[in-house]
Amino acid sequence: MSGSSFRLPVGGLIDRTRPLTFTFDGKSYGGYSGDTLASALLANGVRLVGRSFKYHRPRGILTAGSEEPNALVTLRSGARAEPNTRATTIELYAGLEATSQNRWPNLDFDLLSVNQLLSPIFVAGFYYKTFMWPAKAWEKLYEPLIRRAAGLGALSGQEDPDHYEHDHAFCDLLVVGAGPAGLTAALTAAKAGLRVVLADEAPLAGGALLGERHVIDGMGGAEWAAARIAELRAMPNVRVLSRTVVFGRYDDGEHGAIERVADHLPQPAPHQVRQRLWKIVAAHTIMATGATERPLVFDGNDRPGVMLAGAVSTYINRFGVVPGDRAVVFAAADSGWQTAADLIAAGAEVKAVIDARPTVADALVAPVRAAGVPILLSGQVVATKGKRLHTVHAIDGAGAKHRFSVDLLAMAGGWNPQVALAAHLGHKPAWRSDISAYAVGEMPVGLRAAGAADSIPGLGAVLASGHRAAVAVVEAMGGKPPETLPPVAEDRPEAVSPVWSSGPCTGKAFVDYQHDVTASDIDLAVREGFTSVEHLKRYTTLGMATDQGRVGQVNGHGLLAAATGRGIAETGTIRARPPVQPVAIGAFGGHHRGRHFRPTRQTASHGWSTAQGATFVDAGQWKRAQWFARLGETSWRQSTDREVMMTRGGVGICDVSTLGKIELIGPDVGTLLDRLYVNTFSTLAIGKARYGMMLREDGMAFDDGTVTRFAEDRFFMTTTTANAARVMQHVDFARQVLWPDLDAQAVSVTEQWATYAVAGPASRQLLAAAFPDLDLSNAALPYMGALSFRWQGRAARLYRLSFSGELAYEVSVPADLGEALVRHLFAVGARYEVVPYGTEALGVMRIEKGHPAGNELNGTTTAADLGLGRMMSTKKDFIGRAMAMRPALVDPARPRLVGLIPVNGQSQIRGGAHLLAPGAAAVAANDEGYVTSACYSPTLGHPIALALLVRGDERHGQHVVVHDPVRGEDVLAKVVAPVFHDPSGEKLRG
Amino acid sequence: MRIPCPFCGSRDSREFVYRGDAAPARPTDGGLGADGEPMFDYVYLRDNPIGELEEFWYHAQGCRNWLRVVRDTRSHMISAAVLGAGHATGGQA
Repeated sequence: MSGSSFRLPVGGLIDRTRPLTFTFDGKSYGGYSGDTLASALLANGVRLVGRSFKYHRPRGILTAGSEEPNALVTLRSGARAEPNTRATTIELYAGLEATSQNRWPNLDFDLLSVNQLLSPIFVAGFYYKTFMWPAKAWEKLYEPLIRRAAGLGALSGQEDPDHYEHDHAFCDLLVVGAGPAGLTAALTAAKAGLRVVLADEAPLAGGALLGERHVIDGMGGAEWAAARIAELRAMPNVRVLSRTVVFGRYDDGEHGAIERVADHLPQPAPHQVRQRLWKIVAAHTIMATGATERPLVFDGNDRPGVMLAGAVSTYINRFGVVPGDRAVVFAAADSGWQTAADLIAAGAEVKAVIDARPTVADALVAPVRAAGVPILLSGQVVATKGKRLHTVHAIDGAGAKHRFSVDLLAMAGGWNPQVALAAHLGHKPAWRSDISAYAVGEMPVGLRAAGAADSIPGLGAVLASGHRAAVAVVEAMGGKPPETLPPVAEDRPEAVSPVWSSGPCTGKAFVDYQHDVTASDIDLAVREGFTSVEHLKRYTTLGMATDQGRVGQVNGHGLLAAATGRGIAETGTIRARPPVQPVAIGAFGGHHRGRHFRPTRQTASHGWSTAQGATFVDAGQWKRAQWFARLGETSWRQSTDREVMMTRGGVGICDVSTLGKIELIGPDVGTLLDRLYVNTFSTLAIGKARYGMMLREDGMAFDDGTVTRFAEDRFFMTTTTANAARVMQHVDFARQVLWPDLDAQAVSVTEQWATYAVAGPASRQLLAAAFPDLDLSNAALPYMGALSFRWQGRAARLYRLSFSGELAYEVSVPADLGEALVRHLFAVGARYEVVPYGTEALGVMRIEKGHPAGNELNGTTTAADLGLGRMMSTKKDFIGRAMAMRPALVDPARPRLVGLIPVNGQSQIRGGAHLLAPGAAAVAANDEGYVTSACYSPTLGHPIALALLVRGDERHGQHVVVHDPVRGEDVLAKVVAPVFHDPSGEKLRG
Repeated sequence: MRIPCPFCGSRDSREFVYRGDAAPARPTDGGLGADGEPMFDYVYLRDNPIGELEEFWYHAQGCRNWLRVVRDTRSHMISAAVLGAGHATGGQA
């Protein structure tokens, strides 16, 4: 066929004045605005569009909707290539580029279709049974082979160039589906004043009305839908989300939905997203999701040219495309006869209507018979032929054989209400034998079904059910329903009798098209004992493809019931889980990718530090300056060593704003702090700071920091950077839950203060020059003293604290003055050769000083392990006290904090290395501890380390072997006290 | 899931931090009495019931209140939520 020979001259919802060209497998075709890729391919006579998952069977287009299992293509190319996209939902745009999948060298001639010849051995469970031995061959041989042979499209392997975002909506009523029931429900509720969100997966509202011929309130169905959606869009209390799939229902009326903002365009407009992930919180939800047609199961029911009857009608009525010239309709449901009528009206030659049922309503039969079409009641299609369908074999009720030469076979197996959303919270659907389908059963709170999703037959009844559901919601919300009546339309017969299998099935009769599960696979599963639906699913992979079993599940369960002699209700069905349609991972990620994966927190000095050549390191979400390389410095060690030496020899400044800061106010704060820390704070003098250690309730060290008292009822706590949020929670738990009787308030002020450590022998001179009004003498501001002052008219604080072991201060100003302060300090400090130092120098100096940090506060250490046991008060209750006294936690044989120095004075000691007694075999049983922190000490001129060593406090002066099997090094080290620099603390008190 | 914060109203559960069973009470003597068992039970022993469970949630991205929330572990249905100092089920308010 060439050109658009299958396109009707008039009719449908396509715009014939807007022709578009597109390519499929490199060949150029024409279509119209309003087409899907599937309708445009059918219009061009393209029947073969893909190869099946396992057998590489030629496949065509089965459906006209999002349930399509066969016509999966790769859309676009390059980085935007999107594999496994359903041709039936791709809106045609100019220049659209699609390619077929799972074939080699090409779609028409696929070498791996040899799998069909091997199909007797490729049955369910084949892989489990065959590729079991030898185990090694699985990874190297079998899996790569199978992955190449079986499968669908491939990812581009390139970074996704598109953007995705998240949005939230809140409403009284969410209506899912803009078909006749959904439109009626949304309009009824909106007129009563409810806040309504109406979401529909299609670009056009109308649902089934677009593909069928109906009259509502005297208008054509599609015309009626267009009028109603226009009415809804004009209402201020309504949000219409088209191209939006509600893919999941979660607790408390939360729904996930994906809006395909730009998938119908060649690429998103500038600064526009490709897709938007919605979280819709609704007090009530009406599920007007319609129904999906079932195929019939017979040999060769998958050949290109075999389609669902409803899809045939949709292509004719909505797209003006007749998917075949010569057709047979095979029905087990009344809807098939409507398709026959549509085919006749469109000018196709209908060779026969075959119905598996012995009797069919006269109203359906009469017009078909009048058109001279042969009718076979109690008939069955038994086989088909052709890579592209050319022959249908059938038998009639008397057993006589018939052969039809056709290019189209329409199947009408009945309709499954789309009830997945009702099942996402664990509620089970209920089997309804009258409609031979799983329908809504027990419903979650706040969810109602309407229309075909509620198994309502007939358009008039569907419209009324949408109205009824909305009235119920309005009344539940305490509103007054509008006095309008539901729209009026004619009901047609919609009877159905299920036919789970047709004919002897000597060949391949497909149940799950996408996963190539056949009727005989289900028989085999039953023979092998997999008779539960859940076992059947896993053994055969029925329903596990991306269509989530929307097409084949019920047929599969019907066959299982028949093979086991049980009823379908007894057989049961599997539980639907979100998402109801595939959702791109990128949409869930939204903007949270790359450097936006999590927030970046910058301190006030960030810009200044960048200009100073800082290299930054991530400390949680914070960016902290790690070192400041100067001209000629080629390694971080050079920079760090210089920063340490210049600080210890003069003065250095480090941004310590990232430490957690909590302001505590109230008459009982002292008591609260006594219970939070192992040591006592209620006795702390105003204007003084004290180091404190917190335990967890199980007795392990939790966090450390300082607390400063600025007034009788006002304290200021610092925490480690890493634990800032956790300590805030802990403080809030203590004051709100454990001791609510204490009058103590607490608030995080981490981001309100910019704080700089000014350390080194020249720090007092620098600060005196920076703040000439302050008295910084040892008498006025001694070690562990603090004072408040004003700087640039704002509150400022100065603490005499030292992490480095030098004479040192920390100065704090409101964060918005932080950059001004750092510039001021460096301007004033130039004459003292002040140096900025980063976290590496900070870390080196704290190891030299033996301060525990995150490496030592690692959740396995007690205060005593860290040499702080004597801080623990015995006069009060504090969190962790009782449990810290457990025998195992006070055992003198526990590893204790020690210092290590390499005996040869040179060898580097590595963090994480384990400690052994000299001569002991390097086995776990001889393990005596491990190195927690290690560095080169520029102050001492050799490597040093902190370690946790069994009975370490008793072993100063002894030797241990630092065993590092990862890097293959053993270093003999001397155990020393953990304070390497100024152990008497003279410098920091000077 | 949404949590009815008594201070902020119905909020997304992602704003909260979960702590767990709120039933165990810290011994008033801080576990320093002769019998250490009550403290051990408080720190380590938790029930794992099917059905309603009173548990602690912290509104970290909201009002920073610790809440006692009664949640059905089967359905996530929340039947009560009060500030942490109170009692969601019985007891003094």
